[in-house]
Amino acid sequence: MPSEVTPQAPPSPGQRRPPAIELVGISKSFGAVQANRDIALRVEAGTIHGVIGENGAGKSTLMSILYGFYQADSGDILVGGRKVSIPDSQAAIALGIGMVHQHFMLVEPFTVLENVMLGAEGGALLNRGRAKARAELVRLEREYDLRVDPDAIVGDLPVGQQQRVEILKALYRGADILILDEPTGVLTPDEADQLFRILAQLKSQGKTVVLITHKLREIMAITDSCSVMRQGRMVATRPTAGTSVEELAELMVGRRVLLRVEKGPANPAEIRLKVEDARVVDGQGVERLRGVSLEVRAGEIVGVAGVAGNGQSELLEAIAGIRPLASGEITLCGKPCAGTDPNGLRAEGLAHVPEDRHRMGLVTKFDAKENVILGYHDRAEYRSGLFLDRGAILEACRRHMQDFDVRPPAPDLKTANFSGGNQQKIVLAREIEQDPAVLIVGQPTRGVDVGAIEAIHRRLIELRDAGKAILLVSVELDEIRALSDRVLVMFDGRVMGELPGDAGEREIGLLMSGVEAAHA
Amino acid sequence: MNAQLPRWVDLGLIPLLNLIAAFVVAGLVVLAIGEDPIEAVEHILYGALGFGEGIGFTLFYATNFIFTGLCVAVAFHASLFNIGGEGQAYIGGLGVGLVCLALDHYLPWWIIAPLAAIGGALFGAGWAMIPAYFQAKRGSHIVITTIMFNFLAASLMVYLLVNVLKVPGAMAPESRTFEEAGRLPKLDGFLALFGQDIGGAPANMSFFLALAACVFVWALIWRTRLGYEIRTFGANPTAAVYAGISPVKITLVAMALSGGLAGLMAMNPVMGDQNRMFLDIAGGAGFVGIAVALMGRAHPVGVVLASILFGILYQGGAELAFEMPAITRDMVVVIQGLVVLFAGALEFMFRPAVARLFAALPARKTGEA
Repeated sequence: MPSEVTPQAPPSPGQRRPPAIELVGISKSFGAVQANRDIALRVEAGTIHGVIGENGAGKSTLMSILYGFYQADSGDILVGGRKVSIPDSQAAIALGIGMVHQHFMLVEPFTVLENVMLGAEGGALLNRGRAKARAELVRLEREYDLRVDPDAIVGDLPVGQQQRVEILKALYRGADILILDEPTGVLTPDEADQLFRILAQLKSQGKTVVLITHKLREIMAITDSCSVMRQGRMVATRPTAGTSVEELAELMVGRRVLLRVEKGPANPAEIRLKVEDARVVDGQGVERLRGVSLEVRAGEIVGVAGVAGNGQSELLEAIAGIRPLASGEITLCGKPCAGTDPNGLRAEGLAHVPEDRHRMGLVTKFDAKENVILGYHDRAEYRSGLFLDRGAILEACRRHMQDFDVRPPAPDLKTANFSGGNQQKIVLAREIEQDPAVLIVGQPTRGVDVGAIEAIHRRLIELRDAGKAILLVSVELDEIRALSDRVLVMFDGRVMGELPGDAGEREIGLLMSGVEAAHA
Repeated sequence: MNAQLPRWVDLGLIPLLNLIAAFVVAGLVVLAIGEDPIEAVEHILYGALGFGEGIGFTLFYATNFIFTGLCVAVAFHASLFNIGGEGQAYIGGLGVGLVCLALDHYLPWWIIAPLAAIGGALFGAGWAMIPAYFQAKRGSHIVITTIMFNFLAASLMVYLLVNVLKVPGAMAPESRTFEEAGRLPKLDGFLALFGQDIGGAPANMSFFLALAACVFVWALIWRTRLGYEIRTFGANPTAAVYAGISPVKITLVAMALSGGLAGLMAMNPVMGDQNRMFLDIAGGAGFVGIAVALMGRAHPVGVVLASILFGILYQGGAELAFEMPAITRDMVVVIQGLVVLFAGALEFMFRPAVARLFAALPARKTGEA
């Protein structure tokens, strides 16, 4: 990156710019729920500012207010020292605020150039706008080291590159303040490092970055200062250099938390789950699993690490009987079971906590007690004559809620109205209470707050010690390393190698990016 | 974010607001053509509810709408949009009619009636299961196929009525009239209990069958395993597969139930009123059922209330066109259309405002305390 093309001088410490963003007394409620209460936030220009908080702490609402998706009920927004109103995202863009969403807002069949132009075409005919956009892209690429081929189809790009397109889109629209919402959730450690380099570059060019995340390590690694939200309030703002992971975690949760669950050595016994040379082909004819073999023994947790989209989801769904195998065999407790439907597998002692509880693990429109029987609704214990035994279901729900500390313990509450962590506890309770022989778990703590992560992790360790065989799929390396007795790393539909549970992040990260282990 | 409102607001207040809005706009239309809207409302209400015969007609129409409303509602719970109630009811009429034609010389009405109901339900279910099969196995969209099956049903029935079922020598494309045993008793005795004289109105026993169908649908959807599977599939098909619920099975079963309910509707006009098979047995009730199910929130109680409302609009509308000649039959359709528009299509128009109001209320209460 040649530094002579710098158009804007980086801010010198002596010359004070007004804060890029200042929020004063922002409150916002939805019905009876108060998502933001009297929030004050000050983001200095030319810095990277982190906003952390548990799910449901109000981070997303706050950023949505800043980006014009919601209107605050009260309070003021100041951008560059000037009081502004932001009625919609157009207004936010006009004020130089750009947002990179957690779920990318890209048109996959379009090229990078077309995506960058989208909504800023500059007239009914595309040619002129396209030429302008191309020139601008070349400039941005040079200035910020954001290398992406403008003519590549976005759908063909790896996730890390797609994210760069999102950043380019914001910069193309003249963003001086960039908000990134959970940007590293879908990235490999390596890609995340690259993203951080880009963010540092943006900062050195005088841009302001607001980073929303729940990963404390990222806050420590990249931000200049950070603010912590809890239950709709801004509870603290700290210069990053003057705080620690432990302090931030405590501020987030409101009490001391164990970031790592204690666990003793595993006592693996007989093989409960065996997958041999499993192949899965998806609807488009693409091979998603290319010959995966693994074994899980009673009393151990086998972790499957990897960047999302490398076949882990297909592996889980194939074992759970949701996706048919093209070839290969799966053995559950000694019985071949490929081709058995999910109900048959449950009867054989398999429990499945799916990766995406909203899409698969729960019917969010149902109340909690109705979700207690999902997948177990034809069990005799929940039936009385022709009808469902509502008393038994309610009682099971109460028991689950008590055992797993689901809050609020309200069986009649619509599932969508529970927080992510409590929803996940409802799923875990349902699957675990059936006393399965084998438990397959996908992303058990995705979107779950720190306090609940601790509880869920402890639960999984207890199950292991109780002699269950557990297969854990997670994209969170920390989680894999905290829980697993053995780690398998998947890349492009294959298992790249097996490592012991205490393997280093570097080692696992290398396998995750597809580099064969030298001495695996 | 979706604020939760008390149930009575969601199920009572908001539909009422929608209805009021529909009537206000309809009133403006009546004003625009130079008539008095208050007088028009009086004619509608009197025509539908003011005297025994009017009530009889209102109940007769409402019976049709309850069946077709339930038909759409059941499919709705499986997230299937069954537009084919019209054709399923028409074919159901064939089932009802064939049973009556075959048995009316031999058996009393109270044995024929349940057999005819089964016949109608089976024919309606069978007709609905063809598009259901195409959807479940071939991915042909059920909205498109059920619409097309309405036309197929109409063509098939015209062919049968003209070529097979017509009385030889007669001019009308109708079957022969059933004997006494092929006719359902009228509700004259029942309404006489309330001091009403039904006159020539066709309201008949199938009204009670409709109410029984409501109880059946309620118990099935909310109290049985099958209903749970249907609702799970409708609310989240991926979770249904995860739970071991077969999408093919649920699509077929839900559509069979839906078509069966539509087929039962034919009991009302065929066995209860005309006592023969005739052209256009369903008479548009299949389409009104869509509005009824939307307005009734796919719940049997809502379906009954919406059906009675539409029964009033149908019967009262006919009286209105008679009493105020400036308001033609088409105007009456406009009024009905406005109700569908506000109650169905714009169902949630007032919800945000009501939600804001309710969000403000507790705050004020605590402020006073």
